[in-house]
Amino acid sequence: MTTTLPRVRESGGRGVPEQPKQRHAGIKAIGLLLAVIALVLLAAASVAVGAKGIPLSTVWSALFDFHGLDDQIVVRELRLPRTVIGIGVGAALGLAGALMQALTRNPIAEPGILGVNQGASAAVVTAIGFLGIGGVTGYVWFAFLGAAVVSVAVYLLGSRGPSGATPVRLALAGTAISAALTAYISAMQLLYPQVFDQFRFWQVGSLAGRDAGVLYQVGPFLLAGIVLALLLARPLNAIALGEDTARSLGAHLGRTRALGAIAITLLCGSATAAAGPISFVGLAMPHVARAITGPDQRWLLPYSMVLSPVLLLGADILGRVVVSPGELEVGLVTAFLGAPVFIMLVRRKRLAKL
Amino acid sequence: MTSVRPRTLGIGDRIRLRYTPRAVLVCALTALAAIVVLVLSLSTGDYPVSLGELFASLVGQGDRATDFIVLDLRMPRLLVAMGVGLALGASGAVFQSLTRNPLGSPDIIGFNWGASAAAVAAITFFGASAFATSLAAILGGALAAIVVYLLAFQRGVQGYRLILCGIGISAMLTSVVHYLLSRADLAEATQAQVWLTGTLNGRGWEQATPLWIALVVLLPVLAVYGRRLNVLEMGDETASALGIRVETTRVILIVLGVFLTGMSTAACGPIMFIALTAPQIARRLTRSTGAGITAGAIMGAFLLLLSDFVAQRVFGDTELPVGVLTAAVGGLYLAWLLAREWKAGRS
Repeated sequence: MTTTLPRVRESGGRGVPEQPKQRHAGIKAIGLLLAVIALVLLAAASVAVGAKGIPLSTVWSALFDFHGLDDQIVVRELRLPRTVIGIGVGAALGLAGALMQALTRNPIAEPGILGVNQGASAAVVTAIGFLGIGGVTGYVWFAFLGAAVVSVAVYLLGSRGPSGATPVRLALAGTAISAALTAYISAMQLLYPQVFDQFRFWQVGSLAGRDAGVLYQVGPFLLAGIVLALLLARPLNAIALGEDTARSLGAHLGRTRALGAIAITLLCGSATAAAGPISFVGLAMPHVARAITGPDQRWLLPYSMVLSPVLLLGADILGRVVVSPGELEVGLVTAFLGAPVFIMLVRRKRLAKL
Repeated sequence: MTSVRPRTLGIGDRIRLRYTPRAVLVCALTALAAIVVLVLSLSTGDYPVSLGELFASLVGQGDRATDFIVLDLRMPRLLVAMGVGLALGASGAVFQSLTRNPLGSPDIIGFNWGASAAAVAAITFFGASAFATSLAAILGGALAAIVVYLLAFQRGVQGYRLILCGIGISAMLTSVVHYLLSRADLAEATQAQVWLTGTLNGRGWEQATPLWIALVVLLPVLAVYGRRLNVLEMGDETASALGIRVETTRVILIVLGVFLTGMSTAACGPIMFIALTAPQIARRLTRSTGAGITAGAIMGAFLLLLSDFVAQRVFGDTELPVGVLTAAVGGLYLAWLLAREWKAGRS
C-alpha cells in the first residue's frame, strides 16, 4: 500500500500540475487585459479633462470629425499628443526599471543608475548655458543625446576587465559618473542664474507643453526600445537563476547585458527627453508588477509596461484637475500617488526578492 | 592579496584589536594626507601665513592679525569640514554594511531629503535665517527618518524593507523640493539651491563646537557597535546564534548614523556623495571586506578637506559651494579606482 500510493499520485500528478499553471496564466492574462482597459479609460479621460471645459461630444468630433474649431484644435494638438507621450513615457520607464532590476538583480536599481537622468540633465544644462536654448521642445535632442552618451560611458566603465559588466560594477560605475555629472550640473546652476532659472522647471518632470513634434522626435527610439526589451524576457529569466546556472543553460550573459543596456538607454533616454527626469515610476512599478506576476519576466515586463503608464497618466490627469486652472507637474503627483501604494505593498507583502 | 589575514594586537588581557596591516597603513597614509591638506589650507589663501607663524598661532604665540586669520576664520571652517567628513564617512560605512548594499547611504532612510524639504520650505516660505534653516533641517530629517523606520518596522527591520520604504518617502520629498524650487522666486530658490548643494562658506566656531562635541561622544560608541556589523553581515539568524541582539544593535547603529548625518547636515547642508563614495574608496584601498568604519571616516575627512581646498581656490571669487567639489572629486576618484582595478584584473 505504502509503495503504490505515491506512484499513483505521481502518475495522476503528471497532468495535474499543468492545470493550476494554466489557470494561473489565464488569471494573469485577464489581469493584464484589465490593466490595458484601465489604461484606455485613463487615456480617454486624459483627452477629455483639462483646464478648459470641453464637452465630450466635441472631443469625439475632434478625433473623428475634425473641422478646425478652437476646441477641436485644443484636443488634437495639445491633449492628444500629451496623452500619447504620457503613455509612451510611462511604458518606457516601467520597462526600463524592470530591465534594470533584472539585469543588476538589485531591488533599488532604477534606470537612473546607468546615469540616464544625470546625463540628460547635464546636456540640458549645457544647452541652456552655452547654446542659449530655451523651451522644453528645444531640449529634447540634447536630453536624449546626453542620456545615451552617459549610459554608454557607464556601461563601458562598468564592463572593463575580464568578467564583464557585473551588477555591482555597473551600479558603482553609474554612481561614480553620476556624482561627477551632478557636480557639473550644480556648478552650472550656481554660476549662471539664468541656467538655474530654466532648469528648475525642467527638473520637476512634466508633460505640459509637449506637442506632437516631441512625439515624432522620440517615438521611433521609444518603440525600438520597447521591442528590444520584450524580446529579452527569456534570457533575463535565465539570468535570474544566477550567472553560473545561466551560463550552463546556454544563455549569453554578455550579449543579454549589452542588449539590455541598449534597451534601457533607448527607453529612458526618450522618456527623459520627452518629460524630464521622473524618477519614481521606473523604480516602484516593477515592484508592483512583481507582486502580481511573480518573477517570470515574460509576464513581469508586459505588466510593468502597462501599469506604469496607468500611474503616470492618472497622475497627470489628477495634476490638471486639483489646482485647475493651474496644474501640478506629473513628477510631483506621481510620487505622491505612487509612494503610498508602494510603501503599503512593501509593508503588507514580502516582496519577491530578486 | 597576500596579507589580508587579520592580526590581533593584545593590550592587557581584556582589549584585543583585530587589524590588517594594509588597512592600518591605508588609514595612516590617508590621515597624513588629510593633515597635509589641512596645513596647506591653513597657511595659503588671500593672506599667506608661513609655517612658523602658523605654529606660533596654534600654540598661542602668534600676532593678532595672524591669530584672527588662522584661529577665527580658517580653523573653525576646516574643523567643520573635517568633522563633517568623519561623520559622513563613518555613517556611510555603517549604512552600506547594514543594508548589505554598495548603494546604501544615510540618504536611504530619508534623512537627507526630509532635511532638504524642510530647509527649502523654511527658506522659500519664511525666508529663514541660517540657524532657523539648520533647525528646520534637523527636525525635518529626523521626522522623515522616524517615519521611514516605523513604516519599515514589522517584527524587526530588514535592510531590504528599510531601503524600499526610504525610497518611497524620499521620492515624495524629492518632488516636494523640486516643486518648491520651481515655484519660489529666483533669489530664494538660488539660496535654497546653495544650501542643497552643501557649503562651508561662512562657517565658524558656532558650527564647529557642537559638531565636534557630538563626534567625540558618538564616534567611540560607533566604533564599539561597529565591530558587530561584520557579524550582522552574516545574516540575522547567524548573528543571533552568535549571541548578538540583532534588532537592538541595528536600531543603535541606525540612530548613531542618522545623528552623525544630522549634525553634519545642520553644520553645512546635505553634502552629497561623501557618505556614498568614501567607504567604497576606503574599502578598495584597504582591500578588506567588512564595514571599515574607521577607514571610511578618515577617507571622508580627507575628501572633504581636499574638496574645500580646491573649491576655495579654483573658481576665484565665486567660491562655489563645497558640495560641487565633493561630488566631482568623489565621483572621478571612484571611477578612476574602478577602471584601474579592473584593468589589473581584480574584482
